[in-house]
Amino acid sequence: MANTATAQQTKWWSGGKSPFNLEYGKVMMWYFLMSDAFTFGAFLISYGTIRFSQNFWPDPNVVFNAFPGTGHTNLPLAFVSVMTFILIISSVTMVLAVHAGHNGDKNGVMKWLAWTIVGGLAFLGCQAWEWHHLITGEHITLIDGKLELIGQTTRHNPWGQLVDHNEMLDAIKNTPANVLAEIVHEQKHDSNLAELLKLPKDQLAGMLNTAEMHVREKGPVAFGGYFFGITGFHGFHVFSGVIINIIMLLMTRNNVFQNKGHYLMIEKAGLYWHFVDLVWVFVFLCFYLI
Amino acid sequence: MEHRAMSEVTFHHHIEDAEFKKRVRKTTILLSVITAIELGIGLTIYTIHKGENPSHLLVLMFKGLVCILTLAKAYYIVSVFMHLGDEIRNMIMTIVVPLMLFIWFIAAFIIDGNSYKNLRNNYDRHFKESTMPRPHHAEPAAPEEPKPGKQ
Repeated sequence: MANTATAQQTKWWSGGKSPFNLEYGKVMMWYFLMSDAFTFGAFLISYGTIRFSQNFWPDPNVVFNAFPGTGHTNLPLAFVSVMTFILIISSVTMVLAVHAGHNGDKNGVMKWLAWTIVGGLAFLGCQAWEWHHLITGEHITLIDGKLELIGQTTRHNPWGQLVDHNEMLDAIKNTPANVLAEIVHEQKHDSNLAELLKLPKDQLAGMLNTAEMHVREKGPVAFGGYFFGITGFHGFHVFSGVIINIIMLLMTRNNVFQNKGHYLMIEKAGLYWHFVDLVWVFVFLCFYLI
Repeated sequence: MEHRAMSEVTFHHHIEDAEFKKRVRKTTILLSVITAIELGIGLTIYTIHKGENPSHLLVLMFKGLVCILTLAKAYYIVSVFMHLGDEIRNMIMTIVVPLMLFIWFIAAFIIDGNSYKNLRNNYDRHFKESTMPRPHHAEPAAPEEPKPGKQ
């Protein structure tokens, strides 16, 4: 053991050899990824600091419970698990692309790179839907003693504590008629919003199904900014990864790597892509699981 | 077949096709299973929260378990998919040793946030009364001890 270690050391550091036995570009990619890990780490740790400084923080199962095409059905964690699996699978196809590159198999590289790009685009599509749903999906929120319908933005979000029943009944009295009309419309989908808006406030208040209304206070202001900031920064990484993979695909098709005699560039793109998957594992943990 | 990007690099990552396939399949299944377990724990936490008297200690334990599983996932992605486990030791160390900074980074900042919360709860009555989680139901339950950072 000691003998092989000494033999290796004289072998690697006596000159004429790369001490890490790696080409320059790959070493630099690793160091870039390390610095990027600290960037993401700093964001997530700052989120953790703010979260630990609050008495109340929104429950992820309340925030992320929607699935495309299922309306208001309560499906906590379902959509984000689809997104996670998409990213894991696209990471696997990238491994296969890199392996095909080792074998000098041009068609294999192109096939698996194309699937990786598809996976990346699917993930971005999911994220676009999720953001759109969070921003435009309005929830009944108690603000300054009256009810309002708000979505999640970086300024406010409807994920505060549940308001108790009597407090809600008081708030209904202070709520303007147009907001009540919208809430009634949300509860009875066959009703006509234009006609509801003409009704007087007292009549609208009587039409409300207060037994099934869940009203929350405004949530911690920082929640929206951290969510959109960090998932947005990750989404930007996915986007740039897709662009890099498309460039790799075109270069492979144009025989750039075949003429060079090696596909090491695919490995560097692969490292970046796996890193994007790695970061998602932690974003998934911090925002959706705990 | 041996590729030489540069004469100083005796590049040697190639492994047999059969062994490679086995390794990738094993890692994929492992990552999927860990993710499925994490989702199961997430839903368990959800049902605990919905229950009458959510046990904060149990929730905290499940959250800790998810953190450990996530680190396991990260290890497999970096070691197998990114091939860091196949590099020579010196290279691994130049990546892993700087990442140790995270141990201090996480601990210091989380403790700082927690201390800020405790100070505000002691000296800022409005903050405490307006943000402290209320019990789920109308009857005041046994006084709960607020858990740092978790709702």
